[in-house]
Amino acid sequence: MTLHADRVSWRRGGVLVVDEVTLTPRPGETVGLLGPNGSGKSSLLRLLQGAARPDSGSVLLDGEPIGAQGRRAVAKKVAAVTQHAETDTDITVYDVVRLGRTPHRSAWGASRDDDRAIRAALERAGLTDKADRMWRTLSGGERQRAHIARALAQEPRELLLDEPTNHLDIRHQLDLLHLVRTLDVTSIVAIHDLNLAAMFCDTVIVLHHGRAAAAGRPAEVLTPQLIRAVYEVEAEVSHDDVTGRITISFAMPSRCEQPGGVPMTAT
Amino acid sequence: MSADLVAERPVASTQEVRRPGRRVAFAVLSALAGVVVLLISVGVAVTLGPADVSLVNVRDVITNHLHLTDIPVRLSEDAIVWQERLPRALVAAACGAGLGVCGAILQSLLRNPLADPFILGVSSGASTGAVMIGLFGLGGTAIGLSGGAFIGALAAFALVMLLARYSSGGTAAVVLAGVASTQLFSALTSLMIFAFADSDETRGVMFWLLGSLEGVRWDDVTVTVTASAVGIVVALFYLQALDAFAFGEDLASSLGIDVVRTRVVLLVLTALLTATLVSVAGAIGFVGLVLPHAARLMFGQRHARVIPASAVLGAIFMVWVDAVSRVAFQPTPLPVGVGTALVGVPVFVALLLRRGAGA
Repeated sequence: MTLHADRVSWRRGGVLVVDEVTLTPRPGETVGLLGPNGSGKSSLLRLLQGAARPDSGSVLLDGEPIGAQGRRAVAKKVAAVTQHAETDTDITVYDVVRLGRTPHRSAWGASRDDDRAIRAALERAGLTDKADRMWRTLSGGERQRAHIARALAQEPRELLLDEPTNHLDIRHQLDLLHLVRTLDVTSIVAIHDLNLAAMFCDTVIVLHHGRAAAAGRPAEVLTPQLIRAVYEVEAEVSHDDVTGRITISFAMPSRCEQPGGVPMTAT
Repeated sequence: MSADLVAERPVASTQEVRRPGRRVAFAVLSALAGVVVLLISVGVAVTLGPADVSLVNVRDVITNHLHLTDIPVRLSEDAIVWQERLPRALVAAACGAGLGVCGAILQSLLRNPLADPFILGVSSGASTGAVMIGLFGLGGTAIGLSGGAFIGALAAFALVMLLARYSSGGTAAVVLAGVASTQLFSALTSLMIFAFADSDETRGVMFWLLGSLEGVRWDDVTVTVTASAVGIVVALFYLQALDAFAFGEDLASSLGIDVVRTRVVLLVLTALLTATLVSVAGAIGFVGLVLPHAARLMFGQRHARVIPASAVLGAIFMVWVDAVSRVAFQPTPLPVGVGTALVGVPVFVALLLRRGAGA
């Protein structure tokens, strides 16, 4: 059994942000959550975390509604890397990762596995030599890796990531998604870059106005037709017969197609 | 520090980057050292003042009253130590500990390094309550200044919670509601003072507003020590939650923390504790804002250390500041709230500069 969403809908402030979405990841796979800004990716992730209750449908964790299970019990199985998780406190990387042990510890912290799990997580994320560094001295890529290490210290089965590659340079984007892909957990990753999604995700689900416009293997789902319908851009998709992967290249927006482009004006 | 004892037990690891055993020893030693320094501070503070009392006499008076010894001591010394200075030093310690812990909790909970125990409007509510009683004698002597202050403090806090509840409800809303409530009750206090008080009353009220430990009694010791002890013990059950709030409520929630319950319990706890301390000692500023920062600079960010350290440092700090305010301009006592700022600001600046140099 695993975490899955069964026809969930969620209305936020009168707007239907998630509309009858069904998501059933297989254990261990990496699922890409695609869609334009405001298509409901973050909202769906909140539902999957149990941070919000759907208006209809259900999110099931091991066959039971996630809302009926305690927050702590859920946190032992589902870890999340959210956007904008920043702090002003002078906290070390080790202590950030240690936060991941929170659901496993009693009120006065007793789990003997803590240090082992923290070290394993730091190792996995390649941060062992930065354990004693202060958060404020980390680069953007290191911060994201620290958050992933923190999530790994939670020893979850499911990992939810909301645009983890934001603000990272291309090398760090590749490193980070490679790390996520090779983890022994089911990962659901909201992501903007379709090529990265095609490279690293086993399956993708494309959201459009809260609805699942398509779902399946990236090579089957990411067609020029779908990209035009969902993102309103023209794209060419080329298949590499050796790797079986696809590469997507985008056309200039139509108003720029004139030779010389749009004249630059002060307005 | 029991939390750290358990959490830091040595675990076999391939890398000996940190040595948990030594860290536990360090934590225990710091805690013991803190308590010893606190006890010595109280002892020495009691000897200070216009009438000379030696440390030996202080010890004799205390052991006599605890029925451990029966050593002859002059009655005047017994009265000075047991009726005046000792209760005063103990109330100072309790207020310092309580305000320090409240500050540490609120800074983490509201994710605001400028949060202090009075951010929830409690102190201005207390002054309004006290001034109402002081000027108009509402409720007669049965309630008294302290009772009025306590009721006023809770009224202000209730207003904050209502405002926060009916706006977005997040921590930012709590802070804004606190600001609004503080301004409202300060304005009410000023209005009453200007409209109805004569200059003597104004001076009395001002003195109380700035925080004063004049004339505290053993009753006050019982109240403040109990309140602070309960506050600290409850806080010890929320150490992990306080740590988890470092990256905000969403992350805390995803770590399994019941964010809403934690927020309500800790806000009510700090409001009740602060209201109690303010009703006895007035609005002693600065301690709750700065001592938690000092604790963090000295012992790191884990609340298993920050909470006990804020309590002990706050207590030591207040005992000394009160002793100094008592003696410095004698026979005129200085309001202790003025003393906390005058002594605390340089200490804080020194800590900041040291941190800057170390980074």
